[in-house]
Amino acid sequence: MARMTYADAVRHALAEEMRRDKRVWALGEDLSTAHGNSSANQYTGLIDEFGSKRIVNTPISESTIMGAAVGAAVAGTRPVADLRMIDFGLCAIDELVNQAAKIRYMFGGQARVPLVVREAIGLKAGMAAQHTQSYEAWFAHVPGLVVVTPATPADGRGLLKASIRCDDPVVFMEHKDLWGLEGDIDLDDEGLVPIGKAKTLRAGIDLTIVAWSRMTHVSMLAADELAKQNVSTEVIDLRTIYPWDQQAVLASVEKTGRLLVVQESVLAGGFANEIAAEIAQQLHWKLHAPVARLGAPRIPVGYAPALEAEHRVEAAKIVQEGLRLVKASKT
Amino acid sequence: MPNPDTERILALYRTMHLIRTFEERVGVEMQKGNIYGSAHQSTGQEAVATGVVSQLRKTDYLFSNHRGHGHALAKGANPFAMWKELFGRAGGTCGGKGGSMHIADFSVGMLGANGIVADGATMAVGAAQAIRLLGEDRIVVAFIGDGTINRGPFSEALNWAKVYELPVLFVIEDNVYASTTLTKTVMAGQGVVARATAFGVPAINVDGNDVIAVSDVAATVVADVRASKGPRLLHATTYRVRGHLALDKMFYRDKKEIDDFMVHHEPIGKCRRWLTDHGTSASACDTIANEISATIERAVAEALAAPQPDARLAYTDVQDRGAPVWHG
Repeated sequence: MARMTYADAVRHALAEEMRRDKRVWALGEDLSTAHGNSSANQYTGLIDEFGSKRIVNTPISESTIMGAAVGAAVAGTRPVADLRMIDFGLCAIDELVNQAAKIRYMFGGQARVPLVVREAIGLKAGMAAQHTQSYEAWFAHVPGLVVVTPATPADGRGLLKASIRCDDPVVFMEHKDLWGLEGDIDLDDEGLVPIGKAKTLRAGIDLTIVAWSRMTHVSMLAADELAKQNVSTEVIDLRTIYPWDQQAVLASVEKTGRLLVVQESVLAGGFANEIAAEIAQQLHWKLHAPVARLGAPRIPVGYAPALEAEHRVEAAKIVQEGLRLVKASKT
Repeated sequence: MPNPDTERILALYRTMHLIRTFEERVGVEMQKGNIYGSAHQSTGQEAVATGVVSQLRKTDYLFSNHRGHGHALAKGANPFAMWKELFGRAGGTCGGKGGSMHIADFSVGMLGANGIVADGATMAVGAAQAIRLLGEDRIVVAFIGDGTINRGPFSEALNWAKVYELPVLFVIEDNVYASTTLTKTVMAGQGVVARATAFGVPAINVDGNDVIAVSDVAATVVADVRASKGPRLLHATTYRVRGHLALDKMFYRDKKEIDDFMVHHEPIGKCRRWLTDHGTSASACDTIANEISATIERAVAEALAAPQPDARLAYTDVQDRGAPVWHG
């Protein structure tokens, strides 16, 4: 068992997959130069082991990073394209949505597009409007794409490995504020985490909280507080946004009768809505209270701490909403 | 005395005829309402696809654009399957999922027509990187229109191809019009070759209405790319005889412009003159044209008789993970 950060764990995962399969390679800006000078050191040292043909330092050309990954995938390799964060990934939406997600279908199954695109999401202190966004819901909306949002070092490793082995294009969304998070990794174990499987982080009987990425950690803090107030909370880390683990959420809410979905991004149009709607539609008559959601207001992220804080869903807010649901119940 | 090149030029003539006959029939079938969606014809531009692809191998990769019928046919895609695709029938090149704008035949290295301009350029450089990584003996050709050179990703791809010295040939098929806009009215600078040269990519102009010239120049640049000398760009000037779309009424140009092209520059007549000047009989040329007409006739009839794809196929080849519908 090794103690390592999220960034170390995903770097390990990429190296493991590159050793296992010579068709796997990575491309992106600064991949061979930005060694260890920030929390985002997911590539430190890989250039030494794999060389410049497989750890490709690219120009700042997002369209081509993504387009080249698509071309390389249909031509028989398994590229991992790094766009640093979704905010930059917006420069390459076309290649991801119009090409990567469509090629298999529109060419009648003649080709697969086995690529991973890393587009980190999430609030990071003081990063303001253009380095903080979370657009996992956009990609869940696109047929052809898989969207994963690992929250822990072990899941980061296991889901990156599974994503690289997946024949679908996978949007791999790390959270910028989790790269420094430490966890235990069993390096003797393959550690694969299946795509589409949620993880129950904590069992409970009164309330189900569904979250993903960084909000799972905040939800766990809230669940501790709720326990002190005699609310037994089940916390589910969705881990994959599409395809999301509907069975796990249904089973939990059937038991608790209450659902609170917590997301970091802007609530309007967010993926919490999809989960809430689906569960309300299927379990309406079994619910003790209406389905509830928490997310950010529909404002860009401001720079000053007082402004930025308005965008954050804090544990206290989750506790408050959980208590409201329990009190508002019909039984 | 028979010219040693005659056989080669006859093959070029045949391919150009195939493309022309296919494209002109597209116009007819569009007027009849048999083509479900839109289609972009390449009438007048046959020498570019034919000449360049004549220097490629089946194993080489080709990325096309929205005006891709000619590229597909030149690369060896089956016209019978292509007609089924245009009509939206079972047995189409893409099983009826793509239509005219997404004709692809991976079995002959035709990696797809495409509805988004410039994406072929970025995908081409990636395919070239894959070839290098896998140690394969192939090259990549991207057919790009004159309108596309004003998109950012085209510049990115040129720079990228040169930085990594990739085995890519960019072919700028300059048909004068970007959709319905005269390209020169929206393009700054000294033209395509100057732009490529600015990135250090060797570039050359060729008369895209002269299939022999295109084929000969392509032989040189393809050889350079195949010899790992880095990317090359070929700027072939030609002319789009038909509209941007098959039903385009073309109010933006004078019909005299088209007539002038047909009299002075039209590529198939030019090639035919070369053949008859070098000992091929007119009747031999006519025989080729007649054979192709008969083939297209059969292909259209067969495709019109084919059924639509099973609706359940709408749900296949989306992705491995995740069901296309939640409530089956």
